[in-house]
Formats: sequence, C-alpha cells, structure tokens
Amino acid sequence: MESLLIEGTAKTPTVRFDANQGLVEIKGRSIPENSVDFYRPLVDWLDRYTQEPKQQTKVNIQLEYFNTSSSKCILDVFKKLEAIHKSNHEVVINWYYEEDDEDMLEAGEDYESIIRIPFKMIEIV
Amino acid sequence: MSFNVNEYYLQLNGNDVLLSYIGSVTSDIINKVLENVENKLVELDEEIKIRKKIYNVLVESLQNLYHHIEELPKSVTGVDEAKLGLVVIKKLDHKYKIITGNFVKSARIKPLKDKIDKINSLSQDELKDMYKFILNHQKLTAKGGGGLGLVDIARKTGHKLDYTFQNLNNDYYFFNLDIYVS
Repeated sequence: MESLLIEGTAKTPTVRFDANQGLVEIKGRSIPENSVDFYRPLVDWLDRYTQEPKQQTKVNIQLEYFNTSSSKCILDVFKKLEAIHKSNHEVVINWYYEEDDEDMLEAGEDYESIIRIPFKMIEIV
Repeated sequence: MSFNVNEYYLQLNGNDVLLSYIGSVTSDIINKVLENVENKLVELDEEIKIRKKIYNVLVESLQNLYHHIEELPKSVTGVDEAKLGLVVIKKLDHKYKIITGNFVKSARIKPLKDKIDKINSLSQDELKDMYKFILNHQKLTAKGGGGLGLVDIARKTGHKLDYTFQNLNNDYYFFNLDIYVS
C-alpha cells in the first residue's frame, strides 16, 4: 500500500501515513476554511489501511493550531484508528502539545474520552 | 437614524487598535490578518499562552465571517462589497478585545441570539460537554464547523460573548460580536 505524504502549508498540516511502518503522523497547523476537502484523502487512506493494518500502528499528532472545522475531521481520523484498535491491533497514540498549552492538552483529552483508546500526552519542552 | 457601517468602523479606530479591517472576507484576507496579528503579538513580546488564544479565537471568528456573511446589495448596506465583514483588534489595559461585525437578515437574529445566550449561561464544564457533544454528534455542514466556533471561543477565552444587533432597516441588522481574551 502506498504512503500518503502531504507537505504542510500555513493552513494545513504535514501528513505522513506509512503503511509499511504502521505510522500515522499529522503535524503543524490545521486551520483551512474547508477542512473536509483536505481530510478526505486521509480518511480514505485509513479506510484502506484498516483492511490490513500492521500489528502495531503508531500515531503521532502534533498540532500547533487546529480550527473547529478540522476538529470533526480529526475525530473521523481517530474513529478509523478506533476501528483498527477494535480489530485487536495495537494502536499507540501520541498527542503532542507545546509547553503550557493547556488548550491543546485539553483538546487531546476530549478526543481520548470520545474514542476510548488511551492517549500518551507528551509535552514538548 | 439608521446604522452606518463606515461611521461605526471609524468610531472603533483609535490608539488602542492592533489591527482593523473592513471589506470582503476571503481566504487570502484571513491569511493576511492572521499573519499580521501573529507578528504584532511577537513584537509586543506577548506571552505565548495569550498569543495562542488570540490566534485561535481569531481563526474561528474570521472563519465564522467567511462562512456566514450574507450577500447584501449596496442599496441596503451603503457599501460596495456585497459580502462585507469587519474585524478590529484592540489591546486594552489587561486584555485584548476582538470585535467582529457583519450584516444579517432579521430572521437570523433569534437563532443567533438564542445560541449566544445559551453559551453565555453555561459554566466552563458545561461548555466542555457541549463542545464534545456537538463534536461527536453533529454532522459537519458545508459551511464548516457545524456550530462549534462560538462554543470554542467561549471555552478558550473563559469570557462571556458580548453582542449587539443594530438596526439598518426593517429587514437587516448589523451583528456585532465582542470577544475578550486575557
């Protein structure tokens, strides 16, 4: 399965989805006006990956900002990961937040409480 | 006397203004406003927590304008831009004030007012629950966040949302929203 690599912009994050390594990584800013368009290929890729996931999938989410339009799309990403987790494959989620960014930590806790996979909260100092 | 948006905009401008803009709210304008404010806050040596909150709130309020501005004729508004929005950011003594404005049809007042009053009546914990509920249960609309923007703003700022509707004529009002960050 081909990797999905997207370079980041001022409004959209860098994406690195690598099926061979079992790596799902989103980094940067996610504040596009129309987030659905941006996230559609990510969700589609995860749909395919869900068919044949690695025994362990490592997820790194490191966002500096995200808007409410992205927040629903990010939940869609997590729901796909939840499906992988439910099919008895290990999913490790690392949620990075910058030092003292309590809003971003809380955002991670919101997702954790909705999708019920434990998050590892990592403060970047 | 009916409301005049240009006079109102002039009134808002003063020494305390960090940035002000009136005109069409496009994706490109949003980029420019965000970049400009981000740079100014760094120049002011503002603490990172406040900078991030302002940035977040500004993204949401500008994108609310972007998605919800109604197209109105010049004969009604007195201005050339059909999709006119206003944003002014002021640095006050111990806080920042973000003012946004746009024209709305009178039919939209009640739902908008009900929504803001509801948000203002909630505690931080209740806002968190409301945010999570909308996030998990409501479909994303073509217009974006499906009503999360104002909830997110109230949650991140911890302040009540101040608003007014100023009458332009029987059918149209100017919706003004004041957001405080401290």
